[in-house]
Amino acid sequence: MELKEKLISSFMAFEEQIDVNTDLHDVRTSALKNFETQGFPTKKLEAWKYTSLNSVLKNDFTVFPKKESAIGFSDVKKYFLHEIDTYKIVFIDGVFSSFLSATTHDGIDACLMSSALTKPKYKLVIDEYFNKVAMADDSLTSLNTAFAREGAYINIPKNKVADKPIEIMYFSTGSEAALMVQPRNLIIVNENANVQIIERHQSLSGNPVLTNSVTEIFAKKRAIVDFYKIQNDNDEASLVDNTYISQKEMSTVKVHTFSFGGNITRNNLNFYHKGEHIDSTLKGITILDGKQHVDHHTLVQHATPNCESHQNYKGIFSDKSTGVFNGKIYVEKEAQKTDAFQQNNNILIGDKATINAKPQLEIFADDVKCSHGCTVGQLDDRALFYMQSRGIPKKEATALLMYAFSNEVIESIKIPELKQRINSIIARKLGVNMGFDL
Amino acid sequence: MLEIKNLHARVEDKDILKGINLSVKAGEVHAIMGPNGSGKSTLSAVIAGNEHYEMTEGEIELDGEDITELAPEERAHKGVFLSFQYPVEIPGVSVTNFMKTAINESRKAQGLEEMPANEMLKSIREKSELLEIDRKFLSRSLNEGFSGGEKKRNEIFQMAMLEPKLAILDETDSGLDIDALRIVANGVNKLKSENNAIIVITHYQRLLDYIVPDFVHVLYKGKIVKSGGKELAYELEEKGYDWIKNEN
Repeated sequence: MELKEKLISSFMAFEEQIDVNTDLHDVRTSALKNFETQGFPTKKLEAWKYTSLNSVLKNDFTVFPKKESAIGFSDVKKYFLHEIDTYKIVFIDGVFSSFLSATTHDGIDACLMSSALTKPKYKLVIDEYFNKVAMADDSLTSLNTAFAREGAYINIPKNKVADKPIEIMYFSTGSEAALMVQPRNLIIVNENANVQIIERHQSLSGNPVLTNSVTEIFAKKRAIVDFYKIQNDNDEASLVDNTYISQKEMSTVKVHTFSFGGNITRNNLNFYHKGEHIDSTLKGITILDGKQHVDHHTLVQHATPNCESHQNYKGIFSDKSTGVFNGKIYVEKEAQKTDAFQQNNNILIGDKATINAKPQLEIFADDVKCSHGCTVGQLDDRALFYMQSRGIPKKEATALLMYAFSNEVIESIKIPELKQRINSIIARKLGVNMGFDL
Repeated sequence: MLEIKNLHARVEDKDILKGINLSVKAGEVHAIMGPNGSGKSTLSAVIAGNEHYEMTEGEIELDGEDITELAPEERAHKGVFLSFQYPVEIPGVSVTNFMKTAINESRKAQGLEEMPANEMLKSIREKSELLEIDRKFLSRSLNEGFSGGEKKRNEIFQMAMLEPKLAILDETDSGLDIDALRIVANGVNKLKSENNAIIVITHYQRLLDYIVPDFVHVLYKGKIVKSGGKELAYELEEKGYDWIKNEN
């Protein structure tokens, strides 16, 4: 059976496990209908022109997570930011792991989506926020909504600063021959509140994994959110990450996406402005080799006056890897004095790597500052020889040049231990033993 | 220290060096002069191992060891240093950290531990004072936005840090005003010892007033056509390169 049919027919079985007499269930059924109409995106769609899921969808995925497989902390410690204390919301094969997690209800909520969706005390919040910023007509988002049950639920009350970063971890163990998971995260950062979040998907085996994730983030007035996505999965793990962010006035949201691995990765990162003096930052570093593929689709919807957005994506592609950057800035007529900036720089190593870069600016206001720049280049041979002549071996010189190229993005990481971690992932990726202490 | 025999080299099918012979001993300063296009920079690039140039014939030995098959960094680890005519800008890498990396990679290649941080800082401080380099300058991206003089001073600063056996200064005087020239020359002279050797490549005699050579060679059309003592440089200055061109 094709994956689409399998998913649709399994919805009935899913209904047996949930309460169907709720508004939420209506949302689910209409979402499923939308997915049924549209199906999985194909390359015929402009937005999916350069990314095909066909090779991934061929797998016979198990779509229902079974019960938790046991993993010892020591097996997965290296994926956590273990140098510092963090809250942890951890899932194994799509199922919450209480053993690996460190959740909290003390002052802030950093816990489970499944409880938020079912417990009466969260009903008001769910009614107000669930599926409210996610794009209802997007096929994969709808698919996720239909089956939404597990994921992270984070709610930071007014004037609260989360006392430590929150890590959201999705492990897959390979206990299934092929596994599809659909995490659903809801993050609400109330007025004047502040939080740092790190999200990572990690497959622990060579079995195929497909993750179709949806994250909704609501940043209220003057809220500050730092969100870091680490994508360094193995070559059999594919990810579609749909992240939707709603920002109220004077809020600041920064999303960093570090893409160093995985089979096919698609990032749909969408910002919607709902107030004045909003600051949005989207930054990314993509370093790929082999046949890896990463597609960044960004959208900043400037709907209100006096807001800023800053995009800066760096990409380094070697071997037969491919990258896509499609950055859309939409400035509505009312959004006067918008200051929108977008930059995308790429380096291709060798002659088999590809980048498809497309800045897309649609501006309907007349008093705005919008700029974009896109470059595709190669490593400078003169710079390499210069560095070699001072005793730095070619491999290290290459790594140093690549690191320096990415440094603009790395230096804006606010958690020092995370910066260190990203540095060492990059060093490992580039095959050098260097500290990159620039 | 350096023995070059019958060196031929080409770039993109164009023969540039056509049989160079040069012998440099420890403690010596050699000047290589010649008109534009005579092959001066090619000679320095070939000694340093630039893969852009193809060596077609001849030998290059450093302390009796053939270095022609070595990568540029391996030559550097054996003590070869090239001060570039046009130092390359490396955005995002500070002068200090570039130096730290270069020194520690060299030490790694020699099986040594990394240089302790305090020792490194001390060395950086001493050597930057020698070249009258402002401390603030050291945290800037390497060569990025540097003036011509700053780039050249920075080259000699790196030479001071790396303490090479054989330093080749390729047109280090170009783009320098008289004060910068004095600072650079003064730095080079302080680094000169009985154990190292310096090859100064220059178009003009001016630099040789400050860095006094033991030998002067004139390069023309890929060959050394004249060698002599420092007085050869004055003769060349007086008579001009037409003198060489007319004789050859």
